[in-house]
Amino acid sequence: MIPSSFEYHRPGDVAGAVALLSQLGEDARVIAGGHSLIPMMKLRMAALEHLVDLQDIDEMKGISVEAGRVRIGAMTTQHELLTSDVLAGAAPIVREASLQIADPQVRYMGTIGGNVANGDPGNDMPGLMQCLDATFTLQGPDGTRDVQARSFYEAAYMTDRADEEILTTISFDATDGGYAYEKQKRKIGDYATAAAAVLLTRDGGNCASASIAMTNLSDTPVWSEAAGAALVGTALDKAAVDAAVAAMLVDIDPTEDNRGPVAFKNHVAGVILDRAIARAWDRA
Amino acid sequence: MSKMHLKLTVNGEAVETLAEPRELLIHVLRERLNLTGPHIGCETSHCGACTVDLDGKSVKSCTVFAAQAQGAEITTIEGLGNPDGLHVLQEMFKEHHGLQCGFCTPGMITRAWRLLQENPNPTEEEVRFGMAGNLCRCTGYQNIVKSILAAATEMNAAKEAAE
Ligand SMILES: Cc1cc2nc3c(=O)[nH]c(=O)nc-3n(C[C@H](O)[C@H](O)[C@H](O)COP(=O)(O)OP(=O)(O)OC[C@H]3O[C@@H](n4cnc5c(N)ncnc54)[C@H](O)[C@@H]3O)c2cc1C
Ligand code: FES
Ligand code: FES
Repeated sequence: MIPSSFEYHRPGDVAGAVALLSQLGEDARVIAGGHSLIPMMKLRMAALEHLVDLQDIDEMKGISVEAGRVRIGAMTTQHELLTSDVLAGAAPIVREASLQIADPQVRYMGTIGGNVANGDPGNDMPGLMQCLDATFTLQGPDGTRDVQARSFYEAAYMTDRADEEILTTISFDATDGGYAYEKQKRKIGDYATAAAAVLLTRDGGNCASASIAMTNLSDTPVWSEAAGAALVGTALDKAAVDAAVAAMLVDIDPTEDNRGPVAFKNHVAGVILDRAIARAWDRA
Repeated sequence: MSKMHLKLTVNGEAVETLAEPRELLIHVLRERLNLTGPHIGCETSHCGACTVDLDGKSVKSCTVFAAQAQGAEITTIEGLGNPDGLHVLQEMFKEHHGLQCGFCTPGMITRAWRLLQENPNPTEEEVRFGMAGNLCRCTGYQNIVKSILAAATEMNAAKEAAE
């Protein structure tokens, strides 16, 4: 379990990190918490000449909420997401999801930026960010640009981020209404067999808006616009929830692996979404 | 690949050693610094036997590169107690049979120590949730949880007595 050799760099600011990536080219990669990258390097599924460690870059850390907009620095750890009262008030679904990621030791090291930039379909944060309609801010040699989470993911480990760009900030509107992050996993520390992120708002007895995203059921996270639309304007009776589940099943595309065959994954996806909708509605 | 000059504070003492950036922290601790308390169980980030405290966080030291630890403050089981002066957690693991083969124990105790710093009065459920990154193949966990809860009570009593 010894990875191949690399040269180590620890810049103090984003500009320095971007400069290193531009200069070192495709043999360089950033390391955040390392809890997706190091296991891959130990298995020699990733071999890199240069690692650019982001741990000293303070401008990439911290959580703030201003005028209803939540901003999270990419180097904020999952542990910090869990323990932030500000975030728990502004978007409690993030805490609910973070509690279901890995185990305490992994959450102390793993960052939100690493989780969303990684591009592993098993990661929980990308689907959550699509549900929240989050914006990712990327900084590269030509300045910064914003990309919506809903258009960031292209395929497994392929995202819209260019090699010399660094994801610096994640932002989204504070939520109101009901929320739920529901995840089926085989044991603590396992990636999802299926997970659902649901945000709902209520207008009297009816659902006024709904956002639904699914995790580990395709080679990218899946924001199912049709599933959300099936709920809006209904009182979330059984027929509406069944319609949302049916719409979601059209959008996902699971493959068979050690978590089970396709039919099983579709079944679990349905059960998980059904539960998530019920819990979110209870809280709306 | 050239080695780097690693400066760490380990169990309260400043130490220096040479290591390749790619070396895993667990190997630096065990092989370069002779701290064989933290164990290697899986080496794949799953078992928690290699848990040490790094800058106030419980981490699996098989999943940290030596280079990332540059400048860090590290506590291993050796820094918590020794045969002549056991830490309360060690006492309680002994008293409540919190171990059988003992392989997972250094990681368990080092993790439990950080857990109790953050939450001095945990419920049983909070202990189980907070210890979820540490596997034990012998005890069935029941007595580990009991030991940690007993240690919390002891530590709180000692704190009160001191005040
Ligand atoms: C035992 C175990 C169980 C786990 N279970 C889960 C789980 O259930 N759910 C889950 O979601 N995750 C899980 N993880 C993964 C964990 O959450 C990782 O920490 C996370 O996916 C990556 O974050 P990191 O900070 O460690 O990133 P790193 O491993 O450092 O980086 C991951 C990738 O993202 C890139 N990257 C990192 N930061 C940036 C940035 N700011 N800009 C551009 N690129 C960047 C890196 O170059 C690398 O390619 C688990 C990990 C382990 C070891
Ligand atoms: S040896 Fe590090 S987690 Fe098992
Ligand atoms: S006591 Fe044997 S593994 Fe825990």
